[in-house]
Amino acid sequence: MSVLVRIPTPLRPLANGQKEIQLKGASVREVLESLIRDYPGIRERLMDEKGEVRRFINIYVNEEDIRFLGGTETPVKDGDELSIIPAIAGGSR
Amino acid sequence: MSNPSASPRPFPEDRKASSLMRGLKCRECGRIYDLAPVHVCDFCFGPLEVDYDYEAIGKIMSRDSVDKGPKSLWRYKHLLPIAEEPTIGLYAGMTPLVKADRLGKALGLKNLYIKNDTVNHPTLSFKDRVVAVAINRARELGFRTVACASTGNLANSVSAHAASAGMECFVFIPHDLEAGKILGNLIYRPTVVAVRGNYDDVNRLCSEIGGEYPWAFVNINIRPYYAEGSKTMAFETAEQLGWRVPDQVVVPIASGSLLTKIWKGFQEFSRLGLVDSHPDLKVNGAQAQGCSPVYQAFAAGRTQFVPVKPKTIAKSLAIGNPADGYYALDVIGKSHGQVEAASDPEIVEGMVLLAETEGIFAETAGGVTVACLKKLAEKGAIRPDELTVAYITGNGLKTMEALTGYLPEPVGIDPTLASFQKIVNPS
Repeated sequence: MSVLVRIPTPLRPLANGQKEIQLKGASVREVLESLIRDYPGIRERLMDEKGEVRRFINIYVNEEDIRFLGGTETPVKDGDELSIIPAIAGGSR
Repeated sequence: MSNPSASPRPFPEDRKASSLMRGLKCRECGRIYDLAPVHVCDFCFGPLEVDYDYEAIGKIMSRDSVDKGPKSLWRYKHLLPIAEEPTIGLYAGMTPLVKADRLGKALGLKNLYIKNDTVNHPTLSFKDRVVAVAINRARELGFRTVACASTGNLANSVSAHAASAGMECFVFIPHDLEAGKILGNLIYRPTVVAVRGNYDDVNRLCSEIGGEYPWAFVNINIRPYYAEGSKTMAFETAEQLGWRVPDQVVVPIASGSLLTKIWKGFQEFSRLGLVDSHPDLKVNGAQAQGCSPVYQAFAAGRTQFVPVKPKTIAKSLAIGNPADGYYALDVIGKSHGQVEAASDPEIVEGMVLLAETEGIFAETAGGVTVACLKKLAEKGAIRPDELTVAYITGNGLKTMEALTGYLPEPVGIDPTLASFQKIVNPS
């Protein structure tokens, strides 16, 4: 499976400045593992000490938060888009 | 509409930054950053917060210095993150703290106050506080364009402040907002972008737009400064109570930012010796049942929330993925507060109860707060004699649709005394 991964600005320097990268994997976890294999510097930024995705990072597959899908085990298919987005953004009260 | 690429990039940091602000600090990993328009830690993506020099502030800020300040939130400027004197939003804050005896009687509470931000200046919600701070800071940082992702009130306030500052303005809102909140943007002539999605979709989109356009997104790249404005809700409460911290507060939760900043505001006053050194304050949260990720986490005893898809008439609280939800849960837990949630009918009942007892017409979020206050009182989480403050954050004239079908029609008569006497007989 080839998935387009959109890299957030703070991580781009660790991925040769790329905004988007085509990566292989059958699930979100596998795609993230591919990303880390190709760009090892990203690991400590994306994952906490326990190997879980950090608390303030949200991951979306085709515009949907993976917490509404199957978390990092969410399956992905050819042509899917995966976005890595900092959790801290807008907000009202 | 200008071509955004034609705007120069603002300065990466403010060289004139006040000595009272030492920098920005990551709440998660503690890394230090310049006082720049950044909001996320480059390393761990945690939120950045302003790091103040409290020792220096303590030397120049006192009850007396506050008392001599302007009748606005700028009387607390030493604890707000701007480097120079404010020039925009000079009249925000210092809203009434109302002793709510009639509402208190209805709820069995003897010492109840309402912090009434339905009359904040200029756009009738507590957002005038955060935006007053954000716009001044955005100008200091060299921005010419301001923007926001909003459930309505924030967009109204950003639009109005941008107009008065002569700045270009883009506001991004969910497409299905109340008419009053849409009109409350358009009148100020910003570019209003109605996104076909809910607030969480708008927010996510704006995070991406913010990476591409050199704009001051008040609740994104300016968020560390912006959010500090909410502390003034606590500062004013303490001062208006005669330099006291309440026993209990009830705060509506959308992103969770207001609740955490009210807690921080009381803590800062305590640290500076302006109030008791060890206030015993319980911070309670109020959510709508149709969008209650923080309530659900609290009820299940979890420290992290699971996002939800909002479905509630309280649109200003309809954030299913609250940015500060984690920290809100933390504050509620360590202050031994609670979270309640109100159904849509209970929200309307809360709006009506507040109006008929105190003469205050709050928006749906105010209905949520009153309904949850009622639940907390009924179950004994708030005792009758405790000094309690409920935060009413927006004006009912902006959310009139929510009341459709709930209120009686006017009584129609002919223009004659006889016609009137048919409905009201003189005693």
